[in-house]
Amino acid sequence: MIASVLDWLTSSATWAGDTGLGARIVQHLWYSLLAVAIAAVIAVPLGLWIGHTGRAKSLVSVANSLRAVPTLGLLFAVALYLGPKIEGNLAFLVPSIVVLVILVIPPILSGVYAGVEAVDPASRDAARGMGMRGMEIVRQVEIPNALPLMLSGLRSAFLQVIATATVAAYVGLGGLGRYLQDGIATNDYVSAAGGAIVVSVLALIVDGVLAVVQRLVVSPGLTGRSGGTRSSRRGMSGTGEAVAPESESLLAGQPDRPSQPAARSAAH
Amino acid sequence: MIRFDGVTKQYPDGTVAVDDLTLTAPTGKITVLVGPSGCGKTTSLRMINRMIEPTRGTISLDGQDTARMNEAEMRRGIGYVIQHAGLFPHRTVLDNVGTVPRLLGWDKKEIRERSRELLDRVGLAPELADRYPSQLSGGQQQRVGVARALAADPPVMLMDEPFSAVDPVVRDQLQDVFLDLQGELGKTIVFVTHDIDEAIKLGDQVAVLRVGGKLAQISDPAYLLAHPSDDFVADFVGRDRGYRSLQFQPSPKLPLAHERTLLVGESTDGMSSAWALVVDNERRPLGWVEPSRVEGPVTTEMLHRGGTVARASGSLRGVLDAALSSPARRGVIVDDSGSLVGTVRAHEVLSLIESVDRPDEDLADAFAESEPETSR
Ligand SMILES: Nc1ncnc2c1ncn2[C@@H]1O[C@H](COP(=O)(O)OP(=O)(O)O)[C@@H](O)[C@H]1O
Ligand SMILES: [Mg+2]
Repeated sequence: MIASVLDWLTSSATWAGDTGLGARIVQHLWYSLLAVAIAAVIAVPLGLWIGHTGRAKSLVSVANSLRAVPTLGLLFAVALYLGPKIEGNLAFLVPSIVVLVILVIPPILSGVYAGVEAVDPASRDAARGMGMRGMEIVRQVEIPNALPLMLSGLRSAFLQVIATATVAAYVGLGGLGRYLQDGIATNDYVSAAGGAIVVSVLALIVDGVLAVVQRLVVSPGLTGRSGGTRSSRRGMSGTGEAVAPESESLLAGQPDRPSQPAARSAAH
Repeated sequence: MIRFDGVTKQYPDGTVAVDDLTLTAPTGKITVLVGPSGCGKTTSLRMINRMIEPTRGTISLDGQDTARMNEAEMRRGIGYVIQHAGLFPHRTVLDNVGTVPRLLGWDKKEIRERSRELLDRVGLAPELADRYPSQLSGGQQQRVGVARALAADPPVMLMDEPFSAVDPVVRDQLQDVFLDLQGELGKTIVFVTHDIDEAIKLGDQVAVLRVGGKLAQISDPAYLLAHPSDDFVADFVGRDRGYRSLQFQPSPKLPLAHERTLLVGESTDGMSSAWALVVDNERRPLGWVEPSRVEGPVTTEMLHRGGTVARASGSLRGVLDAALSSPARRGVIVDDSGSLVGTVRAHEVLSLIESVDRPDEDLADAFAESEPETSR
């Protein structure tokens, strides 16, 4: 079985053509990206607004309760309801995307909200006290500080959407779900297993890419990653003492009270 | 000049945090608001930059009612320092300091230069510029907080217990740095603390508030210690206020006694007195030894270091403390460069104290004039 799945995965016949694995991967990523993009356009500003104003917090719980809705059931309901109202190919695409968007709004929204909520109130207070206006606080203080949790939310949204985009195949669309759907229907377990493996690998790769993005965009001040440079800078404080003898030497003897942000975990 | 005129703040839950407060914080001076926890200090301070809206009354800056100013613009012209510094964790130290200049749209290079200059002024080494706040000690964070507040050179500074979260040694250093800076910059400062010692050390003018947000007394610190207006203020300024008030009395000419001294490495042989003072080559005092108890040359391990050292140009408090703390009962007095000029005994200091008047009622008149509620 394993050998035949490997054969299937490495055979050029599997990959070739409009309905080959390559094309299916592209379709799959396209559905996922579209769903996450639409969800983000809705959830990011909403989460920022809820976090910034502290209003309508219940929306976050409501969104989270959506996670309990069974995806497949929702898909058929939406397809039955919307399908007849839409022309052509879109009749299948729109319901699938709607379902996926509903699926990924909760992780994105909770991530953004939790991130903004977790911003140190003293930072926000100082920002306002120094004369930042609402949007300046959002852009210069809340977003940069919320980024770690925002991006965790986004990552879990991608993991979920890539796993779940397979359902699109149930309403006749493409994507990697085709292999699962058709494979099982025709007892072709090799391609079904191959498709499942590709979905998992794809999810891991996308998550890995996002992890790299997260490293690049999150300030080192928030992750404590600059810890490595810290000890070397410590070593240099000999020169610091020359500049400010009384202060530096005494302060250096202080037990450091690092207000290291507590390891931030995803809020879900 | 910052003026409170009949300012009251009642929170929506009914708490009256500040009650009919009228006071003036003069230009170029440090006005300290002091009082027990919950007496409305923070509320008063935050009403100045309208972080909190007064329920009644007006607050004016140089005669202009703040209620009619644009909030954000006004705040950019007022330095603001809070207890835990409130630094932005995602920005480097340098970028934290440049916050307000950036809001004001200064040129990038100008911002960097100004920020570096300020780090230097608050006594932070230049290599700290690229660190993040989480990599600094509490005292360093507060220095950055002060530098950040000063960045755009605002004429007014509001400071809410900026030094109370650090340990006493660091607090003392921060207070000294702060006083030095103020000596150069002459900002109009309103400073909040619950620590009466800090209030007395820093304030040109001290306003004592009682719980319920009422002004109990406002005057200069020397007068406050000498003439508390009622039991509450007397209690609050503390039991040793008589002693502490000496800190505002410069020492008159001291009756200094010549002290025989030794260098480290010299022998005490032939010294008859119970205690002998050891100094270094520049005659800076190092400590006391008991000649009867030591043999051979004096080593630094033998020294008693319990005694404090006072400057002849300092206050009577320092001089008296030097006399009281000296194991030899002779207080060590030095000149401004730290070299020994002689010793003085406690009873001599006390005679001096008795010969000097306590701070006079007149001293407080300047403040009483602008402050009709002093006698409340
Ligand atoms: N937002 C608020 N709502 C209700 N009461 C408040 C609020 N902020 C402060 N208080 C109350 O107002 C009083 C004064 O508070 P505050 O100005 O913070 O005092 P201080 O800074 O002197 O400790 C206290 O009794 C406090 O509990
Ligand atoms: Mg307070």
